[in-house]
Amino acid sequence: MKPGLLDNRDFLAGLLFAAFGAGGFWVALAYPFGDLQQMGPGFFPRALGLILVGFGLVTMVRGLRSGVPVEGAWGWFPLAMLTAAIVAFGWLMEHVGLIPSLVVLVVASAYAGKEFRWLEVAILAGVMCAMAAGIFIWGLGLPYPLFAFEFGR
Amino acid sequence: MDVLSNLALGFGVALTLKNLAYCFLGVFLGTLIGVLPGIGPLVTIAMLLPITFGLDPVSSLIMLAGIFYGAQYGGSTTAILVNMPGEVSSAVTAIDGYQMARQGRAGPALATAAMASFVGGILSTLLVAFFGPLVGRWALEFGAAEYFSLMLMGLVFSAVLSHGDLVKALAMVAIGLLLGIVGTDVTSGLPRFSFGIPELLDGVGFTVVAVGLFAVSEIVLNLARNEKVEVFAKDVKNLMPTWADMKAAAMPTLRGTALGSFFGALPGITASVAAFSAYMLEKKLAKDPSRFGHGAIEGVAAPEAANNAAAQTHFIPTLTLGIPASAVMALMLGALTMQGIQPGPQVMTSKPELFWGLVASMFVGNTLLLILNLPLVGLWARLTQVPYRWLFPAILVFACVGNFSLNNSAMDVYLCAGIGVLGYVFAKLDCQPAPLILGYVLGPMLEENLRRALLMSEGSFAVFVTRPISLAFLVVTALILLAMVLPGLRRRRESAVEASAG
Repeated sequence: MKPGLLDNRDFLAGLLFAAFGAGGFWVALAYPFGDLQQMGPGFFPRALGLILVGFGLVTMVRGLRSGVPVEGAWGWFPLAMLTAAIVAFGWLMEHVGLIPSLVVLVVASAYAGKEFRWLEVAILAGVMCAMAAGIFIWGLGLPYPLFAFEFGR
Repeated sequence: MDVLSNLALGFGVALTLKNLAYCFLGVFLGTLIGVLPGIGPLVTIAMLLPITFGLDPVSSLIMLAGIFYGAQYGGSTTAILVNMPGEVSSAVTAIDGYQMARQGRAGPALATAAMASFVGGILSTLLVAFFGPLVGRWALEFGAAEYFSLMLMGLVFSAVLSHGDLVKALAMVAIGLLLGIVGTDVTSGLPRFSFGIPELLDGVGFTVVAVGLFAVSEIVLNLARNEKVEVFAKDVKNLMPTWADMKAAAMPTLRGTALGSFFGALPGITASVAAFSAYMLEKKLAKDPSRFGHGAIEGVAAPEAANNAAAQTHFIPTLTLGIPASAVMALMLGALTMQGIQPGPQVMTSKPELFWGLVASMFVGNTLLLILNLPLVGLWARLTQVPYRWLFPAILVFACVGNFSLNNSAMDVYLCAGIGVLGYVFAKLDCQPAPLILGYVLGPMLEENLRRALLMSEGSFAVFVTRPISLAFLVVTALILLAMVLPGLRRRRESAVEASAG
């Protein structure tokens, strides 16, 4: 029993490669190609894009033939949670300072785990804030405020 | 003697109080973080990189190298005690080391690993000191065509030797090369793939790629997986191996060192291949091969020596040719580039204190590693029990603050999140990240050398096959690819890879 296309490991990988290749090629069309003697900035990315599309197609065909499914379930929840935590950290750093950003990062990312205990996470957040402030702000002298409120700019 | 006076210069650099301190700090931090379960050298280095950016190039390289072999040794400790190797090369150690631990011989296993690493590290560093300059001098004759062919060879090697499907690994190299293009083109000044984002004009930051690809995606993989492991941390007593153990481990250590040093010097061949071949060799030579897999001490000594020997000789192609031998070395090169040093054969002549300081610091670092590890084994063993639910938020904290500090901008953090998602999807689709990072680091150099070679040959590709050194690299590359396509060899490789992953 072969898996469906959306569960076919190599078909999906090939599709991803081909998409990257095609995308790279398409964007690079805007850059001058030059010629072999005077390679323009568009030469290398276009060649790479085509090669990547080729690898992608080969991988897709092989996936259809072998039909190996994706191993294990997708961890969409931890992936989404961690990504959200990281993005939130980046945005908060520019607006509310280091400490609140770190607290949000630690709590949100810990929530992605299998076990979540409030007390533990609170202690972890505290320790992380102290360590980050110690290493990055006092140790390395990075110019970030611990707390800030900068939404106006 | 030329080498001796150079080494003297190196020790003069490495033994200053400042560099000694950074070497110690690197080894200590590397072991401390590397020993935590599920965190390999790549994640450790990627995480700690931003801390070293403020140092001068020599100190930062010394510290990074210390972090690297500290993390590698820490990984072996975890492999032995928890059977949870942080990376593939320690996976080989885990086969027999974990069995030794289960038999209550965790102490001797850890001590053997430490001593084998030490011997492997010291002997191979001697090789670096003698052969590094030779390779460097030879490489001074390289033109653009030779560099292009050599890099091509390194990239193909990395793809061939990574796990799984060759075509997919080659595709990952190509994606890495594309990722490396992002930023302002050196020749024309045209911004490429920057989509109007100012942070991308300098290219995608390389800690951004490393952290996203190795730390973030790895965490998601670990969180989505369910498994309980048995820890043998309480059993660490009787640290010293018996005399019989030492005798049994001596020759495997030397053989492992020889194999590891050789493999490590070839670009694109990772320490895991060295460790695995050393293990297989011992199994072949053993009178009773059935002991392997059931706690054979040779099975710990040989791969550990090979592992660490390869880790040191990796620096030969990395520093003399500017071609990283592994993903970790790609990180080192990236760090050097961020320090404003263009890696290549000229580094040895223009910055002798960098090359020789690093070589001398390898002696110092390996000694520190041994001194640090034998008494601290109990502490490391306890650290392997730190639950992962405390660890991964901490990894993210370092990764995120580090990435934010690159340009003091949130954009790098967003990019890192995006690359993390991509890295996770790739990992689920069984596409290896190591070839990608090599492609990403080598991409700009590959394009530049291709461009220069073609400019000088007036657009003729013949230049790559009429120059003998370049031709030799291409022939080797072609032979390797051919060997992969031939079915018999391919089957053997698959079984080898499976065995080394198990």
